[in-house]
Order: sequence, then structure tokens, then C-alpha cells
Amino acid sequence: MRAFTRGLLGIAGFLALWELLGRSPLIPAHALPPPSVVFGELVVQLTSPDFISHVVATVLAVLIAIGIAIAIAVPSGLVLGSVPAVRHATRAIVEFLRPIPSVALIPLALVVLGFGPETKITLAVYAALWPILFNTIYALDELDPLLVETSRVFGTGRVGVLFRVALPSALPFVLTGIRLAATTALIVMVSVELMAGSQIGLGYFIMEARSGPGRMDQVLVGTVVAGAIGVLLNSGLERVRRRWVAW
Amino acid sequence: MSNMLEVADLGHTYGDYEAIGGLTFTVRAGELVCVVGPSGCGKSTLLRTISGLIAPSRGDVSLKGSHLAVVFQDYSRSLFPWLSVQGNVEFPLRKLPRAERRARAAEALEWVGLGAAARKRPWQLSGGMQQRVAIARALAYRPALLLMDEPFASVDAQTRFELEDLLLRVRREHDTTVLVVTHDIDESVYLGDRILVLSGSPARLVADLDVPLPAERDQVTTRTDEAFVALRSKVARLLNVGKPSMDVEKWAAAERESLSETVSS
Repeated sequence: MRAFTRGLLGIAGFLALWELLGRSPLIPAHALPPPSVVFGELVVQLTSPDFISHVVATVLAVLIAIGIAIAIAVPSGLVLGSVPAVRHATRAIVEFLRPIPSVALIPLALVVLGFGPETKITLAVYAALWPILFNTIYALDELDPLLVETSRVFGTGRVGVLFRVALPSALPFVLTGIRLAATTALIVMVSVELMAGSQIGLGYFIMEARSGPGRMDQVLVGTVVAGAIGVLLNSGLERVRRRWVAW
Repeated sequence: MSNMLEVADLGHTYGDYEAIGGLTFTVRAGELVCVVGPSGCGKSTLLRTISGLIAPSRGDVSLKGSHLAVVFQDYSRSLFPWLSVQGNVEFPLRKLPRAERRARAAEALEWVGLGAAARKRPWQLSGGMQQRVAIARALAYRPALLLMDEPFASVDAQTRFELEDLLLRVRREHDTTVLVVTHDIDESVYLGDRILVLSGSPARLVADLDVPLPAERDQVTTRTDEAFVALRSKVARLLNVGKPSMDVEKWAAAERESLSETVSS
């Protein structure tokens, strides 16, 4: 509870500072609207079906991207983590692909995939793959050999060990990877919406508010909502971990 | 009595290092045999070859029965933390129908006095209780042979006594054939019907001793029994305790000869 109170104090301090800066003559009012204005606009936007559809579009795309990333990265991680030959063969290419920023792939993705939601989802999947993949591989490295021996003594075969021992034992690490990946996916999603001429989504809303009427209060509404989605994703996944993977 | 386990000229080498140097022994049905030897003498290798976890370099292991079960020393790493106690005990039984699996696990947990803890997670239990879960899991599998690797070496003295008595009780009640690997001389005498004494690496059989104690044992009276005290000194001498500089092999061979007159009578 103390920590919670301190958290609230921190937020209050941040808002107070922002309000002060926003109202000070040093910064033009249209460049940094104070939180009182931004949150007023937030209430207005939250009742606008248009804005809600932007939010839903982004959240849905993020969830789809996380789902696809899990479906690709967990099985790949299991293979790479349990078959050293495959891992060695792919190490160079993985180490090359991993540091490429997703946004650097925007032009390529636009040419190959076009301007639909496939592009932003693909790029978010690309960014979200790595934390899940590496956490899965790491988890298999950490797999306790005694658990494997125990299951083998009780007549479990290779495939059985993979699904009944390796996978559940990797789950806490995999979930941590998914939590990291969710934040990454959100960042990439909003960035691509903002930069790649998407027609819908939070990033598009921010871009429109900025380039059309120059409504910085609306830009900041988009930013605040993006941050809130990130917090909800993170705490939601943390709750899942605590509820289901409590060891 | 028929032989449950027959080990013939079992040997294992890791590279140039010879861990086991040709062991031959049998375990009869319903018997509890303790294998005792100095630390690092290849006891673990012996257990791993018998359980089939590694293929021995030479020799044969034959089990009269379809499967065996193992209880490891490190219970905290041998139980599956994502499964309940009940789930852990059911783990080896997955080929059985669900209802039977349930029933067998519940029954085995009753045997070790953990019927009430079935829904807990293993890490919510004390060390001694966790090892009882591991024992219940092994018993639920109804193995032809129950192999135990230093099963009570990681619990405190009090719990150790409790677990030793629990093992003696369940194996008597269910006529289980047990092979316990230990480095603890007192434990081997207290638990065993027979003791196999091993030499240091490579492990060789130094002596195969019958334990002349009644089946009913008690932590206080048995341990002060003359036969108990005599046998533990004999095993200690065979293991060359306190005389690390002596040539174990030679000494053991001499001891074996002198023993063959006294023990076999």
C-alpha cells in the first residue's frame, strides 16, 4: 500500500511539473498543452466512436502480432534450444537479423505487403519474436537435467520430455519474454501507423492531429492512451504469470 | 525367492576413467539391499546404469519386471514444480485411465501419510514431505525395483529417522524390492536386509553382508543392538574409514578372506 501511495505521489508530481511547464511563458501554449487541457480532450475523445475505433484497431493489431509471434517463436525456440545442430547452423543469421530495427524494414514491407494492416502486424511480429525466442532458448538451457532424468526413469520418451517437462519448465521464462515482446510490439505498431501511411490506428490518429489542425492536445491524448495500453498489457501479463506460473 | 535384479560383470568407464570395475550381484524379490561405498566411488554411475539412464560399457543388468522407479537425493529438483502433489504422483501413470490414475495416486499418498496434501504444490511442503511425495510417486508406479539414490541425505536428522522408518514400513506392507545407494554406514545397517560394500574408484564389490537383525526395527533399540554395532564397525573397517592412506584393494581383499570364515557361519 505504501508503494502504491508513493506511486500516486510520483504521478501527481509529474503532472504538476507538466502543468507548470505547459503554463509557463517559456514554452508556447500550442507546443505543450498542460495536462488539464489534455485530460479534458481525453474525456471528449473517449466518447468519440472515431477515436475508439483507432484504439481498438491498434490494440487488436498488437494482440494479433503477439499471438503470431508466440506461435512462431515458442516452437522455434524449442527446436533451437533442444537441437544444438540447428542452433549452431542458424546462429549467424539470427545474430544478423536480430539487431535490425523494425522501422528500417518499413519500405521493404510496404513494397512486399502493401499498405494494409499486414504490414504493421508483420513488422510488430518481427520485433516481438526475439525476446520470446531468446527466452525460450535460455529456458531450455536452464532445464534441470534431474527433471529430465526423473521423467525418463518413469518411461517418458523424447517427445514426452519436450512437451511434459521442457515446455512447462520453460513457461515462466517464456511468459517474461512475452511480456517484453508485448511492449515492443506496441511501440512498433504505433510507430509504423505513424510513419507508413496507415489508414487507422492510434499512430495514424496522432499523425493526423499533428499534420492537419496541429492539435497538440490531441497528439498528447494519443500518446497518453498508447502509454496506458502499454501499462495494461504489462500488468495483465504479469497477473497471468503470477496466477498460473507461481513457482 | 526369485531374483528381481541380476547384475553381471557390470563395468563403466568415462573416457580413461574407470568408475565401475565389474560388479556382480543380485537382489531377491522383497529384499531391501543397501549399497554402501566411499564418496565418489561410482555409486551414482551404478544407479544410473541400473536405471537405464546410461548404457554401461560392459556387463548386463536384467530386471524381472517391466519397470523400476527411482527416488533421487535432491527431491526439490526431482519433483515437477508446475504440478500439484497429486499431479506429481500421477506423472508416471499417464497411460492408465484417469479414474485409476487418481485412485492409485491417492492411495500412494495415503501410504506415506500425505493424503491431505494432494492439492498442494511440492514447493509448499517441507523437505521431508517433498521426499515422501517422491517416494509416493515411485510406489504408485508399482515398480519391480525401487532404486533410491542417497534418499535421505538432504534432510535433517530427525526427518531422516522418520523417513527411514517410513521406508521400512511401506516396503514391508507392499512387499517392495528396494536397492538403496548410500554413503552412510549406519543407515545401510539400519535399513538393509543385506549390505553390498563397494571399494573406491573403480567401484568393486568388497563384501556382501547379511544383516542379522530382526525385520522389526526401531531407531533407539536397534541402533544400540550388539549385532547392529558389530556390523557397522565391520562395514566401517571394510570401507577403510579413518585410514585413507592404506591400499583399499589389498586391505579389502585380506578383510574379505578373514570375513568369509566369520560371516558366512
